[in-house]
Amino acid sequence: MAIVTTSKKACSVNPLKMSQPIGGSFAFMGLRGAMPLLHGSQGCTSFGLTLFVRHFKEAVPMQTTAMSEVATVLGGYENVELAILNIYNRTKPEIIGINSTGVTETKGDDVEGFIRLIRQKHAQLEKLPLVYVSTPDFKDAFQDGWEKTVARMVEVLVDPVEAGTAHDPTRVNVLPGCHLTPGDLDELRTIIEDFGLKPSFLPDLAGSLDGHIPDEFTPTTIGGIGVDEIATMGQAGWTIAVGAQMKRAAEAMQQKTGVPFRLFERLCGLIPNDEFIAFLSEISGRPVPAKYRRQRGQLADAMLDTHFHIGGRKLAIGAEPDLLFDLSSMLHEMGAEVAAAVTTTLSPVLERVKAQEVLIGDLEDLEDLAKARGCDLLITHSHGRQAASRLKIPFYRAGFPMFDRLGAGHQMSVGYRGTRDLIFDLANLVVADREDNHQATPDTWRTTDAGLQVVPPQLH
Amino acid sequence: MSSLSATIQDVFNEPGCGKNANKTEAERKKGCTKQLQPGGAAGGCAFDGAKIALQPFTDVAHLVHGPIACEGNSWDNRGSASSGSDLWRRSFTTDMNETDIVFGGEKRLYKAIREVIEKYDPPAIFVYQTCVPAMIGDDINAVCKAAATKFGKPVIPVNSPGFVGPKNLGNKLAGEALLEHVIGTEEPDYTTPYDINIIGEYNLAGEFWQIKPLLDELGIRILSCISGDGKYRELAYSHRARAAMMVCSKAMINVARKMEERYGIPFFEGSFYGIQDSSDSLREIARMLIERGAPAELMERTEAVIAREEAKAWAAIERFKPRFKDKKVLLITGGVKSWSVVAALQEAGLEIVGTSVKKSTKEDKERIKELMGQDAHMIEDMTPREMYKMLKDASADIMLSGGKSQFVALKAAMPWLDINQERCHGYMGYIGMVKLMEEIDKALYNPMWAQLRKPAPWDDAGVNWQTKAMAQMDAQAAEIAADPVRAEEVRRAKKICHCKTVDLGTIEDAIAAHGLSTVDGVKEHTNASGGCGACKGRVEDILAAQPAPVLQAAE
Repeated sequence: MAIVTTSKKACSVNPLKMSQPIGGSFAFMGLRGAMPLLHGSQGCTSFGLTLFVRHFKEAVPMQTTAMSEVATVLGGYENVELAILNIYNRTKPEIIGINSTGVTETKGDDVEGFIRLIRQKHAQLEKLPLVYVSTPDFKDAFQDGWEKTVARMVEVLVDPVEAGTAHDPTRVNVLPGCHLTPGDLDELRTIIEDFGLKPSFLPDLAGSLDGHIPDEFTPTTIGGIGVDEIATMGQAGWTIAVGAQMKRAAEAMQQKTGVPFRLFERLCGLIPNDEFIAFLSEISGRPVPAKYRRQRGQLADAMLDTHFHIGGRKLAIGAEPDLLFDLSSMLHEMGAEVAAAVTTTLSPVLERVKAQEVLIGDLEDLEDLAKARGCDLLITHSHGRQAASRLKIPFYRAGFPMFDRLGAGHQMSVGYRGTRDLIFDLANLVVADREDNHQATPDTWRTTDAGLQVVPPQLH
Repeated sequence: MSSLSATIQDVFNEPGCGKNANKTEAERKKGCTKQLQPGGAAGGCAFDGAKIALQPFTDVAHLVHGPIACEGNSWDNRGSASSGSDLWRRSFTTDMNETDIVFGGEKRLYKAIREVIEKYDPPAIFVYQTCVPAMIGDDINAVCKAAATKFGKPVIPVNSPGFVGPKNLGNKLAGEALLEHVIGTEEPDYTTPYDINIIGEYNLAGEFWQIKPLLDELGIRILSCISGDGKYRELAYSHRARAAMMVCSKAMINVARKMEERYGIPFFEGSFYGIQDSSDSLREIARMLIERGAPAELMERTEAVIAREEAKAWAAIERFKPRFKDKKVLLITGGVKSWSVVAALQEAGLEIVGTSVKKSTKEDKERIKELMGQDAHMIEDMTPREMYKMLKDASADIMLSGGKSQFVALKAAMPWLDINQERCHGYMGYIGMVKLMEEIDKALYNPMWAQLRKPAPWDDAGVNWQTKAMAQMDAQAAEIAADPVRAEEVRRAKKICHCKTVDLGTIEDAIAAHGLSTVDGVKEHTNASGGCGACKGRVEDILAAQPAPVLQAAE
């Protein structure tokens, strides 16, 4: 059991954490025809927007209430009203998703109240869904913003189902955590459909940020789950939640509609996928398709081939709780040692991370720990690039943001196939590092720790 | 110590800024803050602007006082390059939490400064104020002063919280911080008659190093570059330079002008984008240094270097001419590098479309900058569909721009090249222009485009989002044309001034109601052209198109 500690530093150096409002906006990006709106100064949106654009290399819809100093002090009713009207008139959205920020939370704007007033005043907005989530920057992290926002979507957008109503056993709700990529979602969709089930993903980033060329160009999101489909999610037979962060939304769904849920904290690795596939087989009443029996074999073989390289590695990992738990557990199960683990925010999974300690801290902490403990594999998001080049150890980019490599949206970690590709990539990094930096020379054993320490014989 | 609002007022009074000088007293008070449109705004905040301007100082620790959003969401996002320290790329923030909001964040800030000094021992720390601590009343000036005294190290407050305005205001507030706390606080080991400052250059993608060797060859010393690849100490003694070049941008005009005022350092506004501009700038540097006492032979050597480099560059560009024949470029960018790039592109045989730029003479320079600036404003306001129509109407072969227009261009299978800040190639100087031509050539002739333009086997040729978008636009236009009332509405709703969001109808009404005949009159009544001023030409056209007010009165 890992001990969870929090950094005592006054100054965060090289942050691992990003703010929760943009985690909230990110969730809204998985809805079709959506415009995420941050209630804050324009920089709050601009920084988030830039980060998403750098990660996905796509146009990303995101707006701001553009709070000025004066508006901030006097309260932002007018700005919220104007923003909603402007977005409504200019971009014809199917939904506007609003998250608060540090500035407007410090003042204490009552945005729910604002929305009620705005609806009274402007009849044309009657049918436009406006979902608001409180997400101050000075609390929690990116993953929390996503968690709260998806839970709120369920509360506001899913139609309640009366007790005793029959559910459609072929329909399955999927509530994915923010650590899954569009590529992961598409993989899950394929797997679930192969069991004859019809999945609804909330949110569905694979529809909006998978880099496709849309049939129609809109200034809002170009795909994702529609508000109409969300409304009917209460009819599904099951909800599958991926990542502990999604428990809250799954519970909200169950409470509102009676749909039972199964939480998969992990979908990377052999055993978690065995459980997942077995569950799908059980709820669909279908045998596991031959394709997945073969994929399981491929993963098993990949584990055999890669364990030579991954086994014994000392891993330094920095990621948000669910991603940290998933990847570090999988690597632990491959024989790696989780020597340094840093995360952003509290979560029930942290104490089950297979490490001595999990630190809620920053990338300076991770770098220091990796150095002190002699780590030889680094996994974190792109902001770890400076640490990696100083540590001179293999660096695998995982999580958000990934702005200095291409294809972030398609990198996979779920399923037998996703795990197989992931461990191949990791093992190849290790192999390349050995070839580039650790070739043996006649004196290697003498000059490095690679050889046995020469201890002169001593007589007692 | 002046208050933040006084500093902002001072920045708005900047006489070096042509736009400000043209304003009335009342308008100046309002400042150059663009009327921000909730739900329709793009671009960064004042804090963003301050950080952009100062972060390229490489050996300084940049500490952001605020909740995680301001720094956590934005760090390590600029492509400036350093020849030495990498401290500037590390990120420092107080990551304020709820307790700090309730009890104030000053103590945390003070401790953070101490931690940074203990761990990294930088020559100086820049402390950036953000919205939340500004709201709760954290006095960063006082904390910085106390920390500086206690730790015996410069701790510079940069007072530019995001909500005071847009990015360009932040650039200037950053400049004010340097003027107030840094410049003139140290002395150089020695000076030479060849010492210059470069102001407002950020060394993106290391592109300034495409110019620096030429200055080195001429024996011209960059005493301080503000701020690309800059060092704190150089900044602190930059007041000993003989002359300064303000790199073609108004971002730090207050620094250039106040250094002239306080230390007698003359400056000129120049650019190293484009061959002609590079030569002009080198000449101007030499001329100013000679005027300030450098030997006259500097000019001869400068001319020799210019002649040599120009000949090499033109020779290198020559090979592109046949390949660029009859190719059209749609160029959309803010004022900064437009003119120089236009000239170089034309020299290589490309035709510029989309802006009313003909073969330009030097006198057109300002006009072109205005036009381009206006287009850059406009494109930010466009929906993707409108943007595509513009591309299509321009029937260009390649588009050069920055920002979100790239995704529309690329998804329409149109070659596109980034010429804004996120780009990874240096286009500065003589080499840079050749590099730009190479990149254009690569993009234009990539065999990929032909494949991408072919429809998928199961698709109807001609049924794709592009044709749909065009059909929708056409249908909309037809619908409007059929309804005279609606047509008039749409005509009047055409936005003329993008900064102040003023439409044609408002301007026409004001002209009719007050019998206006001048741009200034229109500005006074509608605020149109009161922002960047780039729409003046259009206001002039509107005035010219109106029936003379005298006649109206006579009727």
